[in-house]
Amino acid sequence: MNKTTELTCIRCPIGCLVSVTADAQGNVMDIRGNGCPNGSRYAASELVNPVRIVTSTVRVEGGELPVAPVKTKTDIPKGRVFDCMEAINRASVKAPVRIGDVVIADVLGLGVDVVATRDVGEAAAEPKQDVEEAAEQIRGEREV
Amino acid sequence: MTADREVKIAIIGGGPAGLAAAVSAAESGVSPEDILIIERDHVPGGILNQCIHNGFGLHTFREELTGPEYAGRFVDMAKERGIPFLLDTMAVDISRGETAGAAGKELKYLSVMNREDGFFTIGASAVVLAMGCRERPRGALNIPGFRPAGIYTAGTAQRFVNIEGRMPGREAVILGSGDIGLIMARRMTLEGAKVRAVVELMPYSGGLKRNIVQCLDDFGIPLKLSHTVVDIRGRERVEAVTIAEVGPDRRPIPGTEETFACDTLLLSCGLIPENELSHGLGVELSGVTGGPVVNESLETNIPGVFACGNVLHVHDLVDYVSEEAGTAGRCSAAYVMNPAESRGGRTVSVRCRYGVRYTVPASIRTEYMAERQIIRFRVGAVYRDACVAVDFDGKAFRRQKKRILAPGEMEQVVLGKSDMEAAGVSEITIRIEEEPQGTRQGV
Repeated sequence: MNKTTELTCIRCPIGCLVSVTADAQGNVMDIRGNGCPNGSRYAASELVNPVRIVTSTVRVEGGELPVAPVKTKTDIPKGRVFDCMEAINRASVKAPVRIGDVVIADVLGLGVDVVATRDVGEAAAEPKQDVEEAAEQIRGEREV
Repeated sequence: MTADREVKIAIIGGGPAGLAAAVSAAESGVSPEDILIIERDHVPGGILNQCIHNGFGLHTFREELTGPEYAGRFVDMAKERGIPFLLDTMAVDISRGETAGAAGKELKYLSVMNREDGFFTIGASAVVLAMGCRERPRGALNIPGFRPAGIYTAGTAQRFVNIEGRMPGREAVILGSGDIGLIMARRMTLEGAKVRAVVELMPYSGGLKRNIVQCLDDFGIPLKLSHTVVDIRGRERVEAVTIAEVGPDRRPIPGTEETFACDTLLLSCGLIPENELSHGLGVELSGVTGGPVVNESLETNIPGVFACGNVLHVHDLVDYVSEEAGTAGRCSAAYVMNPAESRGGRTVSVRCRYGVRYTVPASIRTEYMAERQIIRFRVGAVYRDACVAVDFDGKAFRRQKKRILAPGEMEQVVLGKSDMEAAGVSEITIRIEEEPQGTRQGV
């Protein structure tokens, strides 16, 4: 028996409604409703082996920001998304970070790198004045 | 009034709209040093810097980028062209001057301030408004209950997680199904929080369908349509949120209450174009969008003042913001480069009728229009198997079939200059036409 599944394509914001028909063995027989070839690729893959890109942040040591955004360079299997998140949360990078820097090579052995998606510079050389220090200074000035 | 500094085109806001407008103005022939981008943050890029998810740029760059990457491309383009930025600087007022500037046009005076230079004035022949929008806060929503810590707008939570590296809570309910709310439902879930539900007052989501699929369905997060928050409990910190179903009048139905234990409530209840500066300048604002009323050049009622991006009307896609801002940049360049611009000519008004809430632009001067004129609009309800109908002076010009039309998705029609000239049209109407019952298919 053939089975038809209705999917919303997530490859682009148009969000085409795609109908995928597969036979009892799960072989894709027919794809309709997609506006472009990406849609048919998505629909076929979603039925057999759904994949996602993971985006998150990674800790930065000595950076002007505490975290840098990262992404998996290509799709990974949907079932490994939370494993990938764990790997990203264990990792950290040293500032400066440049767009495209590989943060984790071959994450989970999936053959996909996790890369930075923004530049994060080093923290300013002079640390900001401590609040206590500033208060002390003001008290000192008042006494004079 | 005298200006401390004079430029030809001042762009207020260094987000996606401001950046694209600046690049396009430079490409249209305005010397880069005559352009100035004024940005209140310490880096350009605007809200894209915190939108670390992917899905940007398919239209503009033919590849799928994250928000910071998309912003980075435009920042690089602006820097390569030598367009100056004034960062960490806030524009607080714009007023019209009587004197003409170097470009021979009436100068607008921008009152701006920053930590280094204090308060100063910039004179500009043209101004591009690109200030973006703000989230509707709790105070504008009339949610009953206590006022504990743990209630944030979705965008604030997004900044905490993606830029500051801090989680706003462990268990959350999200009110409103706008795109930022949906994106944050996924983001919080990926970082180990439990998102109990996304609650939407309307019977349909305000977000893109693909975001419902990849942010909620992927993680089994329930979307409660026609529901709202009726109580927030907790004195110091949110302890629980009670939701209830609403009727067609959007009032809660007694007996349908459901309470979720949680420590966080995120609000994704609409975006409001940030037009305090425009209002102060005397720009005519639309009661529907909250943004300026503009013509085909994206020029407001004040000559030489243009608007683009989310300050004009809230967009779903940054690609369309860039495209629109490109038009504003090109037209502001034409404005400052043409010494004597005739402002006469024929004006075609664009009216919205059944189902269409607004259009951008609201009028078209055929003399100034491009070969292809894009008219963007939103519908007021969900329509299935309906038609977008374009009428020229009451006569049907074009009908375009749509499987689905929803308020959460911006629509557009493209009109050719030659078509409009051939028809000698003086009024264009855009409306939704529902199919007779018998011809409906599916659903």
